[in-house]
Amino acid sequence: MEKFINITLKVWRQNGPKDKGRFEIYKLNNITTDSSFLEMMDILNEQLIGEGKEPVAFDHDCREGICGMCSLYINGHPHGPDDDVTTCQLHMRKFKDGETITIEPWRSAAFPVIKDLIVNRSAFDQIIASGGYVSVSTGGVPDANAIPIPKADADEAMDAASCIGCGACVAACKNGSAMLFVSAKVSQLALLPQGRVEGARRAKAMVAKMDELGFGNCTNTGACEVECPKGISLSNIARLNREFLCAKLQD
Amino acid sequence: MSNLFCSSVGKKLVMSISGLFLIMFLFVHLLLNSFLLIPDGGEMYNAGAHFMATNPMIKVMEPVLAIGFIVHIVYALILSHQNAKARGNVAYASGNKTQGVSWMSKNMLILGVTVLAFLVLHIAHFWVKMKVTGHDLLAHTTIKVGGVETEVENAYALVNYTFSQLWVVIVYAIAAIGLAYHLMHGFWSAFQTIGFSNNVWRVRLNIIGAIVAWVVGLGFAIIAVAQHLFFQA
Repeated sequence: MEKFINITLKVWRQNGPKDKGRFEIYKLNNITTDSSFLEMMDILNEQLIGEGKEPVAFDHDCREGICGMCSLYINGHPHGPDDDVTTCQLHMRKFKDGETITIEPWRSAAFPVIKDLIVNRSAFDQIIASGGYVSVSTGGVPDANAIPIPKADADEAMDAASCIGCGACVAACKNGSAMLFVSAKVSQLALLPQGRVEGARRAKAMVAKMDELGFGNCTNTGACEVECPKGISLSNIARLNREFLCAKLQD
Repeated sequence: MSNLFCSSVGKKLVMSISGLFLIMFLFVHLLLNSFLLIPDGGEMYNAGAHFMATNPMIKVMEPVLAIGFIVHIVYALILSHQNAKARGNVAYASGNKTQGVSWMSKNMLILGVTVLAFLVLHIAHFWVKMKVTGHDLLAHTTIKVGGVETEVENAYALVNYTFSQLWVVIVYAIAAIGLAYHLMHGFWSAFQTIGFSNNVWRVRLNIIGAIVAWVVGLGFAIIAVAQHLFFQA
């Protein structure tokens, strides 16, 4: 049922990459619990513009949970307190009347803040560019049964492919590690015949790029898996380790 | 192959292999310690200690074990330093409220330092006295090894004396429980790192890891407590 709540926002403001940054407090009244978190942010920005202040900069695009553009570390969780959703799919019904909501950017050395709540996630693009693809055209859609693929493998590949590259895993990790992201990208291709061919090269290249960009080392805490909006499994990290170590041993 | 150990996964592999090696050592050590529970005045324990002191295989393994410890500790420090750097120096103001992440997995360094602090004390208590300085209590005693009268160091007397001190028993018991928590995460994590895990084995490894952790942790603790309570002359 629709309700209206009054909330206090504690928002990270930072003018640019070199600026020190600080928290600012904003009060918002009569926010409908039916609105999404980003709609609430839009209301905040309209209020700020009305007051002649600069609106809060934050990333967003599709607003239907599939593009991976939205971020925000909300009340101690990447993508906020709801499970298995991105910030754009988080709704205000998850918050109580009178609650103070703390909104911060992703914190990781490899994701420097650009402005306010926007961080530079191009490190992920660089990791993908280093090997997260199949380098030959695999042609048009083949006959369904021309290449037999076990159902379990197809399912696991599809689950890994649901990673949207939002960076919540890095934001949640106490080590700033990108292993869940890289392992999902390596797994989705390694599990299928078209991607299998370049599996060894891909695992080596992507791990090398990940290390070079200053992401941390995985200590298997599993925080990434818990906070991942797409529920990417930690078993992908075991597969990445396997792929990488086997590839290295063959060198 | 050459730059394997420069990579993040390679460094974690070193942690994994050295950790599993140290777990194997713990089991050998626990087996020897379990002889302390036999009420034979320490004859069996002294025989075991004599075997360990004279066996050429053990002589080879002793420096390997020391290297295992050093490698595990040095790599832990390198990895922790890199991870702190990767994390950045700004902490989240709203903290970390992620549910379902085990406390030990987030505090392996602290637990490791606890075990290391104990290890220093433990080496001073036994290894230094047995191998370097010697001790009055280690005066030779004669036992039967396979029916043959053999003159051996009375390691049992030193152990028995050390565990007569209450503070030693308390420190050892706390350290053993710290070790158990370290292994609660360390065991499964070691297998995850070498790639031997998936959704099925993750559950199994966690259960086996918990059993390993508490057999080792409680095993050492119980033996120390039993020595203090039931084996004092």
